[in-house]
Amino acid sequence: MTGASGPPPSPAALPPAIDIRDLHKYFGDLQVLKGIDFEVALREVVCVIGPSGSGKSTLLRCVNRLEEPTSGQILIEGEDICAPHVDLDRIRTRIGMVFQQFNLFPHLNVLGNLTIAQRKVLGRSKPAAQAKAREVLAKVGLLDKIDEYPGRLSGGQQQRVAIARALAMDPDMMLFDEATSALDPELVGEVLAVMRSLAEEGMTMMVVTHEMGFARKVADRVVFMDGGVVVEEGAPAALLDEPTHERTRRFLRMVHER
Amino acid sequence: MERRTRIRLTRYAIYAATILVVGFVAVRADWGSLQEAFLDPEIFAEQFWDILTIAAKNTLIYTLLGYTLGLVWGLVLALMRLSTITPYRWFATTYIEIFRGIPLLLTLLIIGYGLPIALNGTKVPGTYGPGAVALGVVAAAYLAETIRAGIEAVPRGQMEAARSLGMSYGRAMATIVIPQAFRIIVPPLTNELVLLIKDTSLVSVLGTTQLTEELTKFARDNASSTFNSTPYIAAALVYLCLTVPLTRLSATLEKRGKRGNR
Ligand SMILES: Nc1ncnc2c1ncn2[C@@H]1O[C@H](COP(=O)(O)OP(=O)(O)OP(=O)(O)O)[C@@H](O)[C@H]1O
Ligand SMILES: [Mg+2]
Repeated sequence: MTGASGPPPSPAALPPAIDIRDLHKYFGDLQVLKGIDFEVALREVVCVIGPSGSGKSTLLRCVNRLEEPTSGQILIEGEDICAPHVDLDRIRTRIGMVFQQFNLFPHLNVLGNLTIAQRKVLGRSKPAAQAKAREVLAKVGLLDKIDEYPGRLSGGQQQRVAIARALAMDPDMMLFDEATSALDPELVGEVLAVMRSLAEEGMTMMVVTHEMGFARKVADRVVFMDGGVVVEEGAPAALLDEPTHERTRRFLRMVHER
Repeated sequence: MERRTRIRLTRYAIYAATILVVGFVAVRADWGSLQEAFLDPEIFAEQFWDILTIAAKNTLIYTLLGYTLGLVWGLVLALMRLSTITPYRWFATTYIEIFRGIPLLLTLLIIGYGLPIALNGTKVPGTYGPGAVALGVVAAAYLAETIRAGIEAVPRGQMEAARSLGMSYGRAMATIVIPQAFRIIVPPLTNELVLLIKDTSLVSVLGTTQLTEELTKFARDNASSTFNSTPYIAAALVYLCLTVPLTRLSATLEKRGKRGNR
């Protein structure tokens, strides 16, 4: 095993970071998720792979209820986020999310992007929020861009700022939805490097990706989805090199031939 | 005859006819009396100060009050139209349809004369009140549609990113989506300001006093007291001084917006 984070410790008492049970999701008549059981342990890095349209994004977006599940249970650190009176906004501060299209706030500079939610949601003081912003910007190697506006940054830099923006909230876990798919090939590496160092620090991560190299090197576990179900999952080497299902084999062959 | 030649001959014929008409008018017109009627320098000089300090000032006051009210109320209506709560949507749609569908003049009369009668003499307070409220009530209907279009033009990912950081819907709207929406709609908002400047002329039907009359009423009163049309031209010039810079600005912003990224 080459993953630097090592096997996740299994704290007996603590519930998993993400625990999804029998999740179903319809868009109108279209059934996109057909009974998903899915878990991410604390400090575990799970990569979700699968063909386009298999429901990976939908599953990821259900984790912080950007998508409303049709039925099933979603527990975040043991807390049911679909319960009637749950404080969803508070739970979302614990779940960092990184989008394919970055979604930085174009009317705010980098510092503004990194401090606005800290100030308005967490109620941090201005100096505290700015100190935190500097800390996470340094982590993604963009401290010198603190006063720039997003429109003046490269795609790779924008995505690193987006990661920093999520980290500034001190989340317990991070969700990535094809964080490098919108990037020019030469910019993919810098973003993957940031994600990898996050994993090495022990961040809990759920990563939807087409980067098989990243999955192999960084993930503790790889999950293969197709047609709205989890087809198989396992350690990266096992799943990527010796898949047991024909669908997995066919998908991997296609990806490798690209 | 070849097609090309025919087109050219037609064009020459139009030019010739235009020159004939213009020439006829120029020869027959009594330029002296025309100038006297429309551009009497004495009347112009006499009223210049009042035009600026009373009439133009009042036009601006009506415009700013009406526009501010229109923006605030229009924003509320736009948010209602986008709401998931059906009665809100229904209310906003009905309101917008009604006030875009009836003439401003009618709204002015209803609010200025109709309401006080219906409410036993209670009327919108302030000397500018009734006129400004009527202008705002109608402007809100138009501005609501502009603002809604602006909000819808902000990519969905902006709201999602804000919500995923733990912001409530309202906070995400207020701090992330609406600021971007307003940037997008600056050109149409400027155009609607121009329309409102001109629409303040209708307030004159509410029988404003000499101190609250705006440009058009001022021009009409003075034209009839001097038996001369110079006040109309003077008022027209002031309107143009207000509106032309704004329409130019709006055109520039629109061009820049199209050139800008995204
Ligand atoms: N808001 C929506 N309304 C209707 N259908 C949707 C919506 N979002 C996704 N879908 C459909 O759900 C299915 C799964 O979409 P999803 O985005 O989860 O797939 P994915 O595995 O992330 O694919 P990709 O690799 O292309 O991102 C697709 O058929 C898609 O068209
Ligand atoms: Mg997707």
